[in-house]
Order: sequence, then C-alpha cells, then structure tokens
Amino acid sequence: MPNEITVTVNGTEYTDTVEARTLLSDYIRDTLGLTGTHIGCDTSSCGACTVFVDGRSAKSCTLLAVQANGSSVTTVEGLAKDGELSPVQAAFQEEHGLQCGFCTPGMMISVAQLLDRNSSPSEAEIRESISGNICRCTGYHNIVKAAQTAAGSS
Amino acid sequence: MTLVGESVKRIEDPRLITGKGTYVGDVSVPGMLHMQIVRSPHGHANIKNIDVSAANSSPGVVAIFTGADIAEQLGSLPVGWVLDEEMKQPPHPPLATDRVRMVGDAVAVVVADSIAEAVEAAELVDVDYEVLEAVVSAVDAQKSDAPQLHEEAPGNLAFKWEIEGGDWAETVKNADVVVKQDIINQRLIPNAIETRGVVADYNPGTDQITMWTSTQIPHLVRLLFTLVTGHPESKVRIIAPEVGGAFGSKLYLYAEEVIAGIVAKQLARPVRWIESRQENYVATAHGRDHISTAEIAGNKDGEITGINVVVNANLGAYLSTFAPLIPTILFGVMLAGQYKIQNVKCKVLGVFTNTTPTDAYRGAGRPEATYLLERMVDRFAQEIGRDPVTVRRKNMINAFRNGYETPTGVMYDTGNFKGALNKALEHFDYQGFRKEQREARRNGKLLGVGFSSYIEITGMAPSAVASSLGAGAGLWESSTLRVHPTGSVSVYSGTAPSGQGHETSFAQMVASQLGVAMENIEVHHGDTDKQQFGTGTFGSRSLAVGGAALHMSLEKVIAKAKKIAAHQLGVPEKQIELVNGTFIVEDIPESSIGFGDVALEAYLAKNLPPGMEPGLEATSFFDPENFTWPFGTHIAVVELDADTGEVKLKRYVAVDDVGNVMNPMIVDGMVHGGITQGIGQALWENGVYGDDAQLLSGSMLDYALPIAKNLPSYETDRTVTPTKVNPLGAKGAGEAGTIAACPAIVNACVDALNHLGVTHIDMPVTSEKVWRILDEKKKAHPRRK
Repeated sequence: MPNEITVTVNGTEYTDTVEARTLLSDYIRDTLGLTGTHIGCDTSSCGACTVFVDGRSAKSCTLLAVQANGSSVTTVEGLAKDGELSPVQAAFQEEHGLQCGFCTPGMMISVAQLLDRNSSPSEAEIRESISGNICRCTGYHNIVKAAQTAAGSS
Repeated sequence: MTLVGESVKRIEDPRLITGKGTYVGDVSVPGMLHMQIVRSPHGHANIKNIDVSAANSSPGVVAIFTGADIAEQLGSLPVGWVLDEEMKQPPHPPLATDRVRMVGDAVAVVVADSIAEAVEAAELVDVDYEVLEAVVSAVDAQKSDAPQLHEEAPGNLAFKWEIEGGDWAETVKNADVVVKQDIINQRLIPNAIETRGVVADYNPGTDQITMWTSTQIPHLVRLLFTLVTGHPESKVRIIAPEVGGAFGSKLYLYAEEVIAGIVAKQLARPVRWIESRQENYVATAHGRDHISTAEIAGNKDGEITGINVVVNANLGAYLSTFAPLIPTILFGVMLAGQYKIQNVKCKVLGVFTNTTPTDAYRGAGRPEATYLLERMVDRFAQEIGRDPVTVRRKNMINAFRNGYETPTGVMYDTGNFKGALNKALEHFDYQGFRKEQREARRNGKLLGVGFSSYIEITGMAPSAVASSLGAGAGLWESSTLRVHPTGSVSVYSGTAPSGQGHETSFAQMVASQLGVAMENIEVHHGDTDKQQFGTGTFGSRSLAVGGAALHMSLEKVIAKAKKIAAHQLGVPEKQIELVNGTFIVEDIPESSIGFGDVALEAYLAKNLPPGMEPGLEATSFFDPENFTWPFGTHIAVVELDADTGEVKLKRYVAVDDVGNVMNPMIVDGMVHGGITQGIGQALWENGVYGDDAQLLSGSMLDYALPIAKNLPSYETDRTVTPTKVNPLGAKGAGEAGTIAACPAIVNACVDALNHLGVTHIDMPVTSEKVWRILDEKKKAHPRRK
C-alpha cells in the first residue's frame, strides 16, 4: 500500500510515496540515492546501516520508512559540514579507524552518538557503545583510538 | 623525499568516510533488472520437478530460468588447483539440474523489475524434492554406509595427499615421549561485512559483457568465466569496485557470477544480484573444518624430534576454486614451524559432505597448521613437565639470512625466530606473571598465558613452483606506471584490494621514488579493461609481489627519464641523479631538470635522444623465485571465570616480522584485524550443521562474531628481517594475526586449567565448555576449590 511520507534527510526535506513495507534503509539508498548507508545483514546485527533519526542513532534496516515520517535523518553524507569533516570523521582517518570502509558509516554514527552523550568516555564505554556495530577488518583497536581522538578534539 | 616506512594517512579514506565509495550494491545501470535465486532448503535431494507457472504470473517477473533451461550455457564451475591425476573433480553446475547437495544450492533464478517482486516470485517457484540422506562430517562421510555425493568420487573422497620428510616410524622408536591428541579446527564462516554481489550488463551490439562483482580476483574471474561459458575473454570486462572486506571468501569464481553474466546476455538487459546475509551464510565459501589426530615425539630434555598428522578435511559439497590447495600444501609443508623438527609426516583426506564448500579463509591452511603445531608443542611441554617457552626456545631454528630448508621440502627465506620471541618477552614479564598466576590460583582465580610462535608462507607465488604443485594459473603480479605529460602519474596494478590500502602504499612508493606529490598519483585496480592481466589479492601477496612489479616499472621509467634528462642537460647519464623529483648534475646542482619537465619532453618528442620512442610509461610482471615467510611470537593472557566459565582476554602482545614495512599504520591495522579473526575462532565462532545438513549457525544471531566489548586493545611490535625474494624486502602482513592468534588463546585457556589436569580444549573455548570442565573437576574432587 503506498504511503506518502515527508522526511528531512541531511537538512533537505523530501516527500515521497513509499510502500508500507519499505525499510528506511532501502528508502535512503534506493529512493534518495544516498548509498553511503550500507546493508550488511538481515537480522539487525551488524549496524552498517546506522543513521541518526531525530538525533538518536538507529539501525535504519529495522525501521520502516513510514516510521520516519516527519523525522529528521542524518546519514554519513550529512556528517561533514560545509566541506569540513566532522571530528569523528577526521579521527577515523587520523587513527586509521577503517580499512574496507563498509561498516564505517554506521560505526562513525555510533561513535558520534556516544560522544553526544558522553564527551570523555572510558575505553570500556567506547567498546560497549560500538558493540552493536560489527567490523571485520580493524579488530576495533583503531576505532577505539579514533573515538578517543574525536573525544579529545571536540 | 622519503615516504617509504612512514605512516602516511590513507588516500582511500576521504571518499569512504563521507559515504562516497562505490561498492557493487551502489552500482546502478539504467534498465537494471533484479535477480533472486531459488535455493535448496535440503542438504541432499533429487529434483523431481520444478513448476514455475505460478511464479511466472507473479507481478513484475521478466524471466525465470532453471538449470534445465540454461545448463549448457552455464557450464560447470572449475577447480583451479589440481593436486594429482587421482584427484576427483565432479561437475559443479552453477544451477543444479537433477540433484542438490547442500542447503543453498541454486536451483532456479527469477528475474523481475524490482527485488521485492523477484523475491515474491521466487517464493512461488515450486520445486518437488526427493529428500536423500545427508552427511555433514568429514569422518562420517568416509564410513562404508555413508550417503554418496558424487558418482565420480567413491567413498566421498576427493583426494588423498601425503607428505613425509625424515622418518616418522624411526622417530617414534627413538623418542622418550610420544604425545597423541585429537584436534578439531572448526568450520568458520568468513562474514565480510559486505556480502557478495554482481551487476551484469550486456551490449548486444558489441557482444560485450560488463560485470561489477565484489571479488579479490577480477582477472581470474574473467578467465574462468570465459573457460566456463565460452564467451571470449576479450568481450568480458570485470570490475571490482570498492570491496567491503573479503578475507578469502571472494577469491573464487562463484555460481552467481556465471548466472548473472549469462542471464544478462540471454535477456540483453542488465541484472543485479546482491547476496542477502542469510544467503551469504550458505552460498559463500566457508573455511577450516579439519578433524585431525596429531602425534608429537621428543625427548625428556625438551627436544622435539617429529610430528605426525592425519587430517580429515571437509571440502563441502563441491570443490571450490582453490579448495584442494588449502588443507594440503598450505597446511602440510608448514608443520615444522619455527623448529628444528626433522621428521614430519602428514596425510590429508579431502572429503565431500553435504555442506557449503570450504576454501581459503584468512590464513588458509597456515592457521590450521600453526594451531595444531603450537597446541602440540604445549601438549609436549606439559607432558614432560617443562616450561612451554623453554621448549620453544630450545627447538627454534637459529637466525638465518640465506635460506633454511625444512624436512617438508620448502625453503624459508630469512628468519630470526628467537629475536621475535625475545622481543615479545620484553613486553611481557613472564616470571612476574607466573608468580601472579600462582597467587591468583590460591584465591580461586584462573589466569593463563599462551604462546604462539608461528611462521607462514606468503607472497603467493612463484609461478613455476605453484604450477608444479598443481596451480592452474601463473601467480605473478603486474603493474603499469604511466607518467602523464604534465607530470602526474597513474599506476595500474593487477592486485585487487578489499581494504588493505594499496592505493596509499603504492602511491607512497611512487612518491618517494619519483618525487611526485601523493595527490598527483592515482592508483587504479580491479578493472580488467584498465589493467593488464593481474592475479589479484590473496595470500598476503600484494606488496611482496604486486609492489615488486611496481618497483620494476619505477626502475624502467626512471631509467628512461634519466636518459631524457641527460640528453636535455647535455651531460653523460652517469653524472645525473634523481633527487626529490629533480634530475641534478653531479657537483653542479644549479644544472637540473624537474621530473615533470622530463615527462613533458617525453611526450613533446621534439628533442629526445636518437632512436628513443616517445612517451613515459612501463609495464612489468614480477614473478618471485620463492614464497616469503613472515614469522613472530604472540602472547595471550586470559582469565577464566571460575563460576561461569567465561573466558576474558586480558592482554594480547603481538610481535610480528613481516620484513620491510611500507606503511606501519596499515600493517598494524591488518595485524589488529587478523588477531581479532583468530580470537573469534578461538573463543566464539563456530559453523555448525545439524545431522540433517541444516546450517544451525546460519545468521549473525547464531554465529558469534567478535564484538568490541569482548576484546582488549592490543600491544603490537615488530622485528624487521627483510626478505631477499623481492626488491622491497617485504614479506606480507595480511594474515599473520589470524595465523598466530588461535593457539595463543587456546594455550592460555589450557594453561589456566593446567593445574586441574586439563590438557586440551577444542575451539571455540566457550563459557559452556569451560564451565563443564570445571563442573566435572568439582564433581571428581568435591573438596578441592
């Protein structure tokens, strides 16, 4: 059944007709063409699809697009402001917090969410907060360092 | 300018951290159709009938193909490594025709306007199966009453591979001690976070197939696609875009690549297939799965004299592209490890079962060998009551710079094993730990330390050697270095990265040698229409073989540029040298010409040395004479919870020697990731089939991958023993961590329970296993804490 939704994504308002079953992740990727948000599983396990919905991190594969009606969504494409990398993005490059880059968009959003809530997290808090995001390349070591660097710089 | 050996920030990162990378799932071609594959829900069954009538009338369906429709066009998936004439190679049709042999076997393909419509229609394809008895264990499959998978392979045996160096029977006679241990190296499911995927397009005007696929081997995919389908290699273009992790699982020609290419050709429409994670668990190759018995022989003074291993290697339902190589050559020849062991015997039985095929998964054979050997060294030390570090040190081969021949017939290039062990011990107060461990035991706390001293075989590969061992393709690597008229540079490499940062490492090489700024160097890979033939990325080979090929091209370009510079400056060539991007004349620094100006002259061609061709580029193919042999020692410290059995990894120290290092940051990153995959196997990951051949660990909810909160940060360091096998002195770093980690962790767990008489625990060392061991010990000795 088609439904009309209005969603603000990375500051731009979109109005689209979507099927009731359309996932937010598919809407972001296929309808809006914002392919930085990745799909890594079908069990809400990997976290590659994590985005901000009204300032709270959410696995976009676990929300229907219609649930985001009226919301403000930020994806990886919206993290940099005016061509300047966000502190988390800059820290991921600085600390080599990514290799293949596939989990990275979701991982950065989980780190950004943590730092929004806790500006100087401990290593244990960082590790806990990214445990809903799976990375197979880095062993998390440099992601933790990136989170620490971002905390120090913001 | 020298950038070699510096932690240069990656040039891949800006696009990846802003969401601008293009993975195969991000590729969109106008008019693209979507493909859904109907897969067998049974592990073993005859296909009696396939009724597609209901599916055909489902909305949005464009076409449905069954195996019977297109079997001839699809051919049979090939095996790229043939061990001997006896090896059985049963047919492996991309779409099954009459029989399925594993859950996930493809039986039909539905093509529709949208993926949702394709999925809905696929559910309406009615396949009538006659379910057959299945077998999932490599041991059970060899029993006389076991169900048979392939007519061509009686007893389900694909191959029997044996190697013996020295004399095991004599070794046993002369040994003070022979310790025997059954060891399981469990099945693993690689789980690259990007699943596989294919977008295939066909141009009927030119008969050209273009295929984007998430692969480590674009050129080999093209070659094998042509061998299977007969579509000319010159009319197939394979593009590996950003690849979201691979770890060996994207190193083969897969059914879906053949199917997508042929379906696109049949329909003359682009088609897309993106593997779901659920499919990935059954349709992408698994790793490991050995059931082994090992014996280690030695003397009471700690000398190890021999090792004997029998392995039942589970190959799954069909032979994957490199499956025969992994449990044989990459395993058996490595069984002497870092030690002066003179007698090595190994027998490997490669067995078909009703499971997903196994093939190379990070480390590929060497983790299995290292785990087995390092576990047995600890077993031996425990048996004779000696310290595991003392036993290792006593048996280690002394440092060598000009090769060491093992009893298994391979030649290690360079090594300093005790150097790495000593460095690891600089980071870890071993005696202090033993004291702490004794005190902890008195307080009911279970601490353990585990060592793993490994050597691996990388830099795949010397083609002639590989060919003599069964390789179906040359394994050299290639590069083209093209200097543009304005002085910027394009590098074309036959390697195909999946996160290893080749663009950065290769650009560093070019920048440091030519003096061209990093931002003026583009590194291209993964497109068969852009790059000369290349072999791809696997076996920790990309710098040691691909980097060496680039080094050759750099030498050629510099040699030509130098001739042009000398001609322009009017001095003999031997008087000039290239310093930081400028050719300067010896002793007359003011007489110089920039590298960029030389490039321009090469293309203007108005004043070149007589007889010189215009242009400034070179193509090179590097084929090493030997493999490379990285090594190191890792140390793990664990604490086991005496009440719950939970294993907590407290510390992890890794000292690796990967030869010369181009970019330490990148090498450290690969070591971290490799260690984590090894820890995952040691503690959590387990690919489990039920007796009915259903994959019980078939989702991320059921298969426990390492997550951040269960891991510590790692302590990494290096020793540097360059190889002479290639001009860079680099050995390879992609797999070391995975190879080292499993025995370090398991040895630590066993060490923590040593005082209770525990001698071995099979991986994964889960809380449940430890709890059961502790519970049993408590019941046996109710008064002991």
